[in-house]
Amino acid sequence: MKKLFKMVAALTALCFLGIFQTAQAKDLTGELEIFSWWAGDEGPALEALIDVYKKEHPGVEVINATVTGGSGVNAKAVLKTRMLGGNPPDSFQVHAGQELIGTWVMADRMEDLTPLFEEQGWMSVFPEGLIKLIGTDKGIWSVPVNIHRSNVMWYIPSKLKEFGIEAPKTWDDFLKVAPMLKEKGIVPLALAQNWTANHLWESVALASLGAKKWDALWSGELAFDSPEGVAVWELFGKVLEYTNDDASSLSWQQATDMVVDGRAAFNVMGDWAAGYLSTTKGLAPGTGFGWEASPGTGGEFMFLADSFGLPKGVKNLDNAKAWLVTLGSKEGSDAFNPLKGSISARTDSDLSKYNDYAKSAAADFAKDTIVGSLAHGVTANEGFMNDFASVMEMFLKSKNAQMTAKAAQQIAVKNGIAK
Amino acid sequence: MREVSRDRIKAFLTLLPSIVLIGIFVYGFIGNTIWISLTDWGGVAALAEHPVKHFIGIQNYVDLFTGFLEGRFRQDMVNAVFYSVSLLAGAVGLGMFIAILLDRKPKGEDFLRTVFLYPMSLSFIVSGTIWRWMLAPQGGVNILPTYAGFKPLTFKWLSAKTTVLAFNWQNLLQIGLYLVAVITIIIGFIVYRNSRSKSVKWLAIGALSGLTAWIGGDMLPKALILEEIHGFNLATLGIIMATIWQYSGYTMALYLAGFNGISQDLHDAAMLDGASTSAYYTHIAIPMLKPITISAVIILSHISLKMFDLIFSMTGPDNAETGHPALNMYLTTFRANEFARGASIAIVLFLLAATFIIPYLITQYKQRRTR
Amino acid sequence: MKSKVNIKTVSYYATLGILVIFFLMPAYMAVVTALKQPGDITLPTSWDLPATLNWASFSEAFAMLRPNLVNSFILTICATAGSTILGSLNGYVFSKWKFKGSEIIFTLFLFGMFIPYQVILIPLFQTLRAMNLYGGLPGLILAHIVYGLPITSLIFRNFYAQIPDSLIESARLDGAGFFSVYLKLVFPLSIPGFVVTSLWQFTQIWNEFLWAITLTRHSENPITVGLANLAGGQAVSWNLPMAGSIMAALPVLCIYIFLGRYFIRGLLAGSVKE
Repeated sequence: MKKLFKMVAALTALCFLGIFQTAQAKDLTGELEIFSWWAGDEGPALEALIDVYKKEHPGVEVINATVTGGSGVNAKAVLKTRMLGGNPPDSFQVHAGQELIGTWVMADRMEDLTPLFEEQGWMSVFPEGLIKLIGTDKGIWSVPVNIHRSNVMWYIPSKLKEFGIEAPKTWDDFLKVAPMLKEKGIVPLALAQNWTANHLWESVALASLGAKKWDALWSGELAFDSPEGVAVWELFGKVLEYTNDDASSLSWQQATDMVVDGRAAFNVMGDWAAGYLSTTKGLAPGTGFGWEASPGTGGEFMFLADSFGLPKGVKNLDNAKAWLVTLGSKEGSDAFNPLKGSISARTDSDLSKYNDYAKSAAADFAKDTIVGSLAHGVTANEGFMNDFASVMEMFLKSKNAQMTAKAAQQIAVKNGIAK
Repeated sequence: MREVSRDRIKAFLTLLPSIVLIGIFVYGFIGNTIWISLTDWGGVAALAEHPVKHFIGIQNYVDLFTGFLEGRFRQDMVNAVFYSVSLLAGAVGLGMFIAILLDRKPKGEDFLRTVFLYPMSLSFIVSGTIWRWMLAPQGGVNILPTYAGFKPLTFKWLSAKTTVLAFNWQNLLQIGLYLVAVITIIIGFIVYRNSRSKSVKWLAIGALSGLTAWIGGDMLPKALILEEIHGFNLATLGIIMATIWQYSGYTMALYLAGFNGISQDLHDAAMLDGASTSAYYTHIAIPMLKPITISAVIILSHISLKMFDLIFSMTGPDNAETGHPALNMYLTTFRANEFARGASIAIVLFLLAATFIIPYLITQYKQRRTR
Repeated sequence: MKSKVNIKTVSYYATLGILVIFFLMPAYMAVVTALKQPGDITLPTSWDLPATLNWASFSEAFAMLRPNLVNSFILTICATAGSTILGSLNGYVFSKWKFKGSEIIFTLFLFGMFIPYQVILIPLFQTLRAMNLYGGLPGLILAHIVYGLPITSLIFRNFYAQIPDSLIESARLDGAGFFSVYLKLVFPLSIPGFVVTSLWQFTQIWNEFLWAITLTRHSENPITVGLANLAGGQAVSWNLPMAGSIMAALPVLCIYIFLGRYFIRGLLAGSVKE
């Protein structure tokens, strides 16, 4: 009975307010269920965001439904089961780009947010390239809350001095110093379990192809088994020779630990590593630990972003829209990102609230060429990403660049990326 | 007489709710999954509100066993077989061994029993996390020898790339025939004691299939176009060890209960007859506990074929060396959105698991006939 | 002669000692890690004792897991009770009131054990939602009762098979009906069976994760989900999940410690003779 009443109430509210007219802030009551995979160290960032929302809408009870574990796969399983069962959360976290579009937009399960973007003036505060990546020709589908950089190489300056080397600017530089490190018994490049191999691959591929051809790969103009595509795998194979052979049993934190302890020289990881190094390991950005764009990708910013979308048929539509407004606002974004260790997607964020690493990342984000990440859902749909994991396994096992490139092309065709 | 029939109705009515529940939740769902596995539900728009599904027959199953891109599933199947067999052998063996030790009533028996039983109480998420630490190549078990002044071990428990007992999936038919030959010949020898004619029949089948495989050789149809090598990945050893650690306590409890149940008189009589301790166990106690062994095999086999949480928390989602069909099914369904393909993996897994129950059903059937 | 016995005894206890160490190693690792400061936790030093004891991990983890613990207790107790009672009645029918086709039904029941949980996630969700049971504990309890039935029915059937049929016959000659035979004769005899099945079911349900996370709303999440949240996220301080793991394991552990003896007796009574 209560449910029925709520539904009737929601329906009436819908009729009165029209779909995209934002309700008066004070009027909002009821619940808001937000679905994410943020817990542990990222929990506080989300809590800060929820606090901002609660201040604006004290009448709404926020249900923070977090599903973690299993590299986000558990969250996907729960979300998909709920969506198929016709019980969507009011708003859910999803990687911006094809992970959202390929799965949810293609299935016609999301509301178009273009009116909201226009109403809030977001068309001019979010970078144009970013809006293109989170939208299709039919609309804009999610509100980005943060930007992470994927192509970063981490090191400890004092250890590099000990080893007598400098951070390499290109993979050729790296391949020159790596044998020397290996002889000393130091792992040149620390690698962790398999998704980090995908992560490293995209940095290597970007270096090998350059931003234009990287984009061409995903628009289907460049084949995965073209000579350039094969060259990526060949370079990746060479780099892999200088990684630790126990990689697949380490978490990314344990790989980062190797760099901190001096057991390894470098580590390519997304910039959430900055948070781990400064908060958990207590190192100062710049002096305690250092970073560069991963070799050969200077001037390119490979991004990934978390975003929240609005599923069709949610129970608390107005509350959900108010949530999206909070997410996209300057206040919400500057409350969330300093804690999450990411930078704001907005171009007008208050940089004084951010740490040194984030400041440098924000400066790069403003001037660099922006490309999307594969490993974190920007450039390819989930079908491709799942199959790519098998292709990566194939390569790690066989080290055969030609065959792997062919397999990659096959899965690209199967998943509608290549023609 | 009337009373009896009324009681029979009562008995049936008592059972009815369970029958209905099992009917819906087990057979209804299996039927649903079989139906999905015969469609093409997946890919783009798989998650639409009313997804479009076309009937495509057994195409999904054909792809699983012969498709170029599904090599991972085949490796997972091979892993699952090796994993199940090792777990059964390991947990039954170790459990029995500990039970024999405890059967001698050592000091502190209560404490010891608890120590061996406690891993069973842990959640796989817990034990998986702890074992991942234990088996980390640069820590855990591998560095234990350094505390005694030795060199650390270098075995990569969860990431070894070595494969033993490798075979080419192309020759699946040939290998299958050899397996049939070996099994039927063994059965033939076992049956020999009871009935010679039956034994001859089994042996004949064995010899025939063995010969076909041997002579047929390259002429037999190939399962795949390309060569594809699968085998027992040593990386699975770590997971096998963790599972044995968790479940041998259970088999220990089963056998301990069994040993306690064998009357002391029988034990004393055997000893008086001059049987050694080992002879007592191998010839008297363990054969008497065949029902226990069978129930342990059923329980452990269904656990090993459903194994998911432990592998997931120990080696993560994309580690082909330690992959398992249950994990593959989860990823195929919920990450790649290939719902039909996932359903077909599920059905293969279910059928595989159900075969483990057959020995139990056979013994049941035999017992009823002898009664 | 005497020294020979001693060597035997020594090697006997040495074997036991090695086994005990093997079984306790993971527990040691968990406790030691839980007591360390987050920054001190690294692989090469994972066996070392903590430099300073960090008891805060436990209070912190407990504060985060308390609501989950309550949910888990409600869930596990209800589902265990439901599935063992139903299983016991089923076992009674399957062993003492066989009718035409009862063996086939029993076999069909058994196959229910072999369903991997993740396989039926989607239909289960849809069914429970249609029954208006999604989100709360009752739906999850129902699911655990249903999928517990195969194993509880199996154990009780085997358990009751050793109660002589003649005993039942004579009770019925005295005029006892279907239920009074069960209540007066069979039930009192089956306490050890209840111990075994409850312990098994309690462990399974307490530790189940996938359904728990899919079928319950956030406020109703059981302990395994809370634990996964402790260990999730991109950067984890391992002392918290380890402390949480220890706490999550404690209730079941206590049952094993206190009921372990009865568990073995129950197994003895239940499954020796088919």
